[in-house]
Amino acid sequence: MARSNSEGHWAATSRLMYIALAIWAFFSFVIHFFVNSLNAIVIFGFPLGFWFAAQGSLIIFVVLLFWFARKQNDIDSEHGFAEEE
Amino acid sequence: MATQTSRESGFLNNLGRVYGIYTGGFLVFVILVAILEQLGVPNRVLGYLFVGFTILIYAFIGIVSRTTQVSEYYVAGRKVPAVYNGMATGADWMSGASFVGMAGTLFALGYDGLAFVLGWTGGYVLVSVLLAPYLRKFGAYTVPDFLSARYNGNLARFIGVLVLLACSFTYVVAQIYATGIIASRFLGMSFEIAVYAGLAGILVCSMLGGMRAVTWTQVAQYIVLIIAYLTPVVVLSTQKYGVPLPELMYGQALQDITAREQEMIATGLAEAGKLKPHIAAFLTYDRLNYFSLILCLMVGTASLPHILMRYFTTPSVRDARKSVAWSLFFIFLLYFTAPSYAAFAKLEVYTNVIGQSLDALPAWISTYSNLDLVKIYGITLKGLGGGIAALKAGLAAGATDVAGVAAALKGAGQDALLASWSALSDPVKAVVFEAVKANPAAAASDIFTQSIQAAAQAAGNTTGKLTHGALAIDNDVIVLSTPEIAGMPYVIAGLVAAGGLAAALSTADGLLLAIANALSHDIYYKMIDTHAPTTRRLMVSRILLVIVAVIAAYVASTRPADILAMVSWAFSIAAAGLFPALVLGVWWKRANKWGAVAGMVAGFGVCLYYLVGTRYYAVGFYEMWSGLSGANDAAVTKFVELKAAFDGAAPEVKASAWKALDTHAQNIANWFGVRNISSALFGLPVGFVAIVAVSLLTKAPSKVMQDFIDEIRKPKGKELMEGGNLITEVH
Repeated sequence: MARSNSEGHWAATSRLMYIALAIWAFFSFVIHFFVNSLNAIVIFGFPLGFWFAAQGSLIIFVVLLFWFARKQNDIDSEHGFAEEE
Repeated sequence: MATQTSRESGFLNNLGRVYGIYTGGFLVFVILVAILEQLGVPNRVLGYLFVGFTILIYAFIGIVSRTTQVSEYYVAGRKVPAVYNGMATGADWMSGASFVGMAGTLFALGYDGLAFVLGWTGGYVLVSVLLAPYLRKFGAYTVPDFLSARYNGNLARFIGVLVLLACSFTYVVAQIYATGIIASRFLGMSFEIAVYAGLAGILVCSMLGGMRAVTWTQVAQYIVLIIAYLTPVVVLSTQKYGVPLPELMYGQALQDITAREQEMIATGLAEAGKLKPHIAAFLTYDRLNYFSLILCLMVGTASLPHILMRYFTTPSVRDARKSVAWSLFFIFLLYFTAPSYAAFAKLEVYTNVIGQSLDALPAWISTYSNLDLVKIYGITLKGLGGGIAALKAGLAAGATDVAGVAAALKGAGQDALLASWSALSDPVKAVVFEAVKANPAAAASDIFTQSIQAAAQAAGNTTGKLTHGALAIDNDVIVLSTPEIAGMPYVIAGLVAAGGLAAALSTADGLLLAIANALSHDIYYKMIDTHAPTTRRLMVSRILLVIVAVIAAYVASTRPADILAMVSWAFSIAAAGLFPALVLGVWWKRANKWGAVAGMVAGFGVCLYYLVGTRYYAVGFYEMWSGLSGANDAAVTKFVELKAAFDGAAPEVKASAWKALDTHAQNIANWFGVRNISSALFGLPVGFVAIVAVSLLTKAPSKVMQDFIDEIRKPKGKELMEGGNLITEVH
């Protein structure tokens, strides 16, 4: 029982890792492949492709990390592996 | 002891109040300096006040935080709350070059420069998701500690230390170099003295209190650097657009820049082929290099030991994760503002400098021309001053006309003056000669306008206006000149200097500690004298810290030419040498000792081979790998011609023929066109493949080791190390 709980914890942790890395890869690389097409869209003077490299991706990274920290805490508590307060 | 403990818990419980008072005090100090300025106190004195006052505060924190406990010295007692560790990491991370040079890089490269903004932020996602929480649970003092425990023994530890030294030492030299540059620029100190003054500032923060002292000074330094970075650009945004949010308001500036770029081309102020539109992508770096650079900087971020070890100081695994998020937030505040700095400065330069009449350039141009940082047709005030001095010496040595000056200086053995004279172009030499003949007391500022007009004529510019191609601005000028461009009082410039200094000092502190801890803990305690008592371990740490710092300062004081380029190598070295072994150590139980050793050696080796080969042995590297080079036909033909010229060159021109050949070879010595700044693109996959292949070919890790990895993966439970030693031996 303990063994499968441990495996379940690691499976959930790994899944979260893959999700986080997929978001990271998308905003680090994939979206910037399309910079020239995105630049056709201009919001508040910002060509969108430029804006994502200068600011948009950065905002996503910050939000992603706070979200990740919370999600991983939830996983740890669910499986009883969270640290005591 | 009891009083120390209660005083300390008082400090930890009141961090908000302590740093709140500190921030308020700093702002009051800035206002006081502003008042002094209005009262007519000279700028030089204000500069010393700024730098002196902030360094005194850092020193005070460093001394108050002194400690005699090993765990305080190495990991600040693991009591640093997530938010404050985030601020400390921000200061640890943002170097003097980030602070002063980042906006300038964006100014020069436009969109392509954003690879640095992305690369130096996104790496924190890897830190949090893949590494920091697990290393925290493990409970090591240093990154090599983890390698040694996970990969059974001191071999992996030793290789880890080598990689750490390779990536951290040049980096710390560059930080001390930056403190020297900033102090000499703002305070007028000589560079060499400024370097050793910076060294003192660094040592006083780290020597007595190790990680504990460095942590609390870095928090203080973060506060100074972020106030200093944001103030000028917020004021500028308010002046220009009426809203104090530069990050939102520079969209308008981007539009104006694009319009002005087209206008400059249409009116002949800029050449279409030479002007890089600010928002256009992939002009400096092609796609391959742009994305490789982002990858290498990100993975490098996640592998740099001085960053990873900051997360050893949080109270829990949960706090380590939260702390990475806060770190990125605090770093984000600066990086997300840098593009607006660049845009405002570019708009200013494009509208008020380029297209201006050559005799009516803005005053800030001459300020930075005096420091050799702004060049017009290659001419600076500093260079003209040198030329005048050289000419006078040449006349004294018997020269009678322009053509005779060089020979006269050579005859008199005045090599330095000869170099200053030869640096001037012919039309400028003529201007200087006439001016000095007419008035022996002529100063550089008197003939500046005349010189650039003469150079413009010679270059075929008859409009009398400054063109885009004639102006060269050093990257550092953008942040430094913004207060002046916006017409702000000197107090703001002093604030920026204090911020740049805080950024350089805090990064140097963190790096120095990482190096000294690796030498004292990993090499001395773990490999040489495993029974050393606590007092001796701390003594050795402090002595090594001083020795490393003095060596780094000495190297910086010699102004090594390549130091800035080598800093950007640190990311690739760390990525290729450490990342595969660290990540697989947590995420792949099958990774074993021999796999890790092979992976670190192979990744580090390939990376170093590529860096050194393409930079220092470019000709040989190209000849060996010409089949893989990204060179086009024209470049290949040129190489063949230069090589033939070198082979057939007479002995006296052999050196210059070699130089031409080597310079050209550096452009084409590569694999698939990848620049050497991204060399981890090769080292990283090699490292991963080597670990996996060798691990699978050798014995799987023992059951005990597998359980040990399971323990690292669960936040709950005790750390696996205590006082820098494993609690249960794993073999």
